[in-house]
Amino acid sequence: MSTAVTTPQEASANSLIAGQLPKYTPWATLLVSLGIAAGLLNSVGHFSITAVALSGIALFLVGMFALSSAVEGIRKAKDRLARQMVSLFFLVALIPLISLIAGVAVRGSERLDGKFFSYSMRNIVGEGGGAIHAVYGTLIITGIATLVSVPIGMLSAIFLVEYGRNGRLARSITFFVDVMTGIPSIVAGLFAYTVFSILFGPGTKTGLAGAAALSVLMIPTVVRSTEEMLRLVSNDLRESAYALGVPKWRTVLKVVLPTSIAGIITGMILAIARVIGETAPLLVTAGLTSSLNTNPINGPMTTLPVFVYYSYVTPGIPQEPYYARAWAGALTLILIVMGLNLIGRLVAWRFAPKSR
Amino acid sequence: MKFNRLTAVLGLSCALAFSACAANEGGGAAAPSGEGGSSMSGRLQGTGASSQKVVQENWVAEFQTANPDVTITYSPEGSGAGREAFMGGGADFAGSDRAFTADENQPGAFGKCTADSIALDLPVYISPIAVIFNVDGVDSLKLNAETLAGIFKRDITRWDDAKIAALNPDAKLPSANITAVHRSDDSGTTENFTDYLHQVAGNVWDKAAGGEWAYPGGEAAKGTSGVVAAVTNGVNTIGYADASQTKDLKKVEIGEGDTFVGPSEEAAAQVVENSPQVPGRSEHDLALNLDRKAEGYPIVLVSYAIVCQSYKDAATAELVKSYVGYMASEQGQQVAMEKAGAAPLSAMLSEKVKAAIDSVA
Amino acid sequence: MSTTTQPSTGTAGGGSGDDHHEIIHSSKRFGERLFTQLTKGSGIGILVILAAVATFLVGLSIPALTADVKDLPYGNFWSYVAPFAFGTVWAAALAMVMAVPVSLGIALFISHYAPKRMAQTLGYIIDLLAAVPSVVFGLWGINTLAPAVRPLFLWLNENLGWIPLFSGAVSGTGRTVLTAAIVLAVMVLPIITAITREVFLQTPRLHEEASLALGATKWEMIRQAVIPFGMPGIISASMLGLGRALGETMAVAMVLSPDDVINFRVLTSQNPNTIASNIALSFPEAYGLGVNQLIATGLVLFIITLAVNMTARWVIARRSEFSGAN
Repeated sequence: MSTAVTTPQEASANSLIAGQLPKYTPWATLLVSLGIAAGLLNSVGHFSITAVALSGIALFLVGMFALSSAVEGIRKAKDRLARQMVSLFFLVALIPLISLIAGVAVRGSERLDGKFFSYSMRNIVGEGGGAIHAVYGTLIITGIATLVSVPIGMLSAIFLVEYGRNGRLARSITFFVDVMTGIPSIVAGLFAYTVFSILFGPGTKTGLAGAAALSVLMIPTVVRSTEEMLRLVSNDLRESAYALGVPKWRTVLKVVLPTSIAGIITGMILAIARVIGETAPLLVTAGLTSSLNTNPINGPMTTLPVFVYYSYVTPGIPQEPYYARAWAGALTLILIVMGLNLIGRLVAWRFAPKSR
Repeated sequence: MKFNRLTAVLGLSCALAFSACAANEGGGAAAPSGEGGSSMSGRLQGTGASSQKVVQENWVAEFQTANPDVTITYSPEGSGAGREAFMGGGADFAGSDRAFTADENQPGAFGKCTADSIALDLPVYISPIAVIFNVDGVDSLKLNAETLAGIFKRDITRWDDAKIAALNPDAKLPSANITAVHRSDDSGTTENFTDYLHQVAGNVWDKAAGGEWAYPGGEAAKGTSGVVAAVTNGVNTIGYADASQTKDLKKVEIGEGDTFVGPSEEAAAQVVENSPQVPGRSEHDLALNLDRKAEGYPIVLVSYAIVCQSYKDAATAELVKSYVGYMASEQGQQVAMEKAGAAPLSAMLSEKVKAAIDSVA
Repeated sequence: MSTTTQPSTGTAGGGSGDDHHEIIHSSKRFGERLFTQLTKGSGIGILVILAAVATFLVGLSIPALTADVKDLPYGNFWSYVAPFAFGTVWAAALAMVMAVPVSLGIALFISHYAPKRMAQTLGYIIDLLAAVPSVVFGLWGINTLAPAVRPLFLWLNENLGWIPLFSGAVSGTGRTVLTAAIVLAVMVLPIITAITREVFLQTPRLHEEASLALGATKWEMIRQAVIPFGMPGIISASMLGLGRALGETMAVAMVLSPDDVINFRVLTSQNPNTIASNIALSFPEAYGLGVNQLIATGLVLFIITLAVNMTARWVIARRSEFSGAN
């Protein structure tokens, strides 16, 4: 049984009975459509690159579909259209992606130096300083939140898929997990703040409270994605294990989880990425400080998003060093998630069964 | 063997965690003790207005440098949040863009104060609010309260409106729609701006001052930075924002008759100096009634530090006295002016604040 | 033809290997019981957390709902919350309309069209987008997106202004509900893409090859084998994305130019605000009953999410009756 993944071979389906367009047709059509669009728009007087690109692509899709359905038949034409639409969507999505990531990378790299990772902001105004306090804050708070949410979330997902059997408990958990995805982050923050105020006295601001708020936000994502991945594991696998006399819990741990580990880890990284950039709940629960604090149960702790937010929203004078630090902080955050992603993939690759 | 790489990664991150340190934080020993051995130590938590964030940052840095064993954190969650935290006992002092009302300021209402103590509202930060605009071909603009109110209420919707033209005979005003940008968030800046419009041009601006925008329509943006961004990136825009954050933008000169003033520190300080205290308050509770018709630049935000008259904890009281005392000191006000674009407290007001701080126990 | 077998979801997930298949040794039974209880306990733990959050929300909302209108800083609660409730659903709906098709397109591109090596890199890059903090999305929205889409808005307004959606005076800064929805769409894109991609990649090869062997074109194969197999996953992913879109705070607060209105115009400065964004905007200055009132709006958001999820569940349940799955 294969779990590894390859794209299926190109379907060179029924070229025997239908005609086939030569390979260069799409490119030629694209050029012609762009030309027509440019010409038309120019004559109307609305010429601009964006307008030409948009209408040119629309013309291309229509033209290609007509051409292909005439020569190759409607099924092939639909196939082509689907391929073009899918590629188009992908390209469309790349635009904001590149604009965002490039923007952050360019502006962020300016201050991404040694000092940024060795200085905090204690007693620093204006130039210089760094975000080591925020880096630690982010790692500690997100780390605790992950340690809490991932086991709870994964075990619950296992319960839902393997043990719950669509019983009343499982159904209500599934339902309420969906509801939980809708808790606004600020509400999660206020909740954690209130709970910690009751437990440890009013106005308690600690990293732990921040982690609690993040856990509330993180758990549903973990459950949802893990659940989805576990459901995808073929029953043949489970049954084979049972047939060999393996108890259910060992089947889950040794067969089901490793099979779906890649997807589960993707889900976890998503969950971490979802909360690592939170601002509002962390300000309420973990506060803001310019000094380094590595103790999650005593005193306020700054995280990178909070640092970025306040550096940008209320910069000192002159503003430039604050903006530079804000962008560097945002870039650092992305780099951290990138690193996590790499580690995650490594782990997934280590544990996933190799089939080919 | 399987776990080799994983343990290596974990080991590395642990090593990093144990050596957690910041190069600029050496604790008491490494930091230069400027005033020859301050004996103060401890932790102070302030919560409140985001308008004070910059100035607090500067004050905290200066104060901590002089007193290396003290750690002060100011959490800029907002005035309302700050007052709530102060009442609940979550903050040692609060920063707020408005004073507690007489109703709110009752003995026993505050978590960190003794049962018979009221809170003291001490004005420490005076910031002019600039009216900024971005109109092609127009470099300077003079407006009076009535016209400004008309623009923001959207009675005046075109830049070449006769009322604007009458005040600016020399400007080449474009024939274009005005995009007036206000704050989308509830803020002390909006409250002070609308208070000015209501006080001076009550016939146009007929709604009372408030932190939330009262009239429908217009463009809204979040925070000072949001308004600045919207005005900068937009076309034919006008907005209002804390003057310290608007240095690259063109600013409207405000006035009545034929005296118009730009948002300078001196002009802002002048208005505050000419404003009376709220009557009927305790001696050291220095809430101000800003008189927007007084001479000077009338659109001013006064932000308060709110402290207890007497603290439950003597050590906290000591720290608060010393830190808030520093804020009101000449040195502190100088820092606020240079680093946060604030207007300094007048000598008279400064004396009163000092007397009030001395009375804190 | 279209009823490609789907692995059983729900009931049969592991259930077909019934208990009597297990060989009974006392130690194994202990392990089994421990593990079962552990998983069940975690599930119940989630319910407890949610119950605590709900108690907190309801407890703090009650004062705002029962107080006299005169004492409420924001006036009558229901007329206060109505535009926000509308705006929340409206912005999220616009975002989902854009994000879901594009995400599916990307997921399919990565799983079935792009060459394998390229696909891995692309998947990785899209995942990165999930890491961008919402503050940065907000900044990108104001500084890059809003000025960039303004010409498009003007064009839409000029040429399609007769559609109520595009009518009204175009915003001078481009910071409209449509811009906010685009930002939201970009934010939920990686969430939906990442999960659907994994699901598509898990499609049994036998199904795919069976379809191709019967002469299906690639697109037909995808429609017959990949999409039906991935449907529950697509819906799950979309629900996660929707949850994010409904609850997103900072990015909307920074990008949107809100007003106290209910309308469907997407190009003007007068946009309905969302509940989460309004909380972020008003909370810092709120005091007394105002805090309770804002938390009560949070409760309304909670209920909206509940309703949306129930509807979605109901739709899936209806679908699965005829989908031939199981």
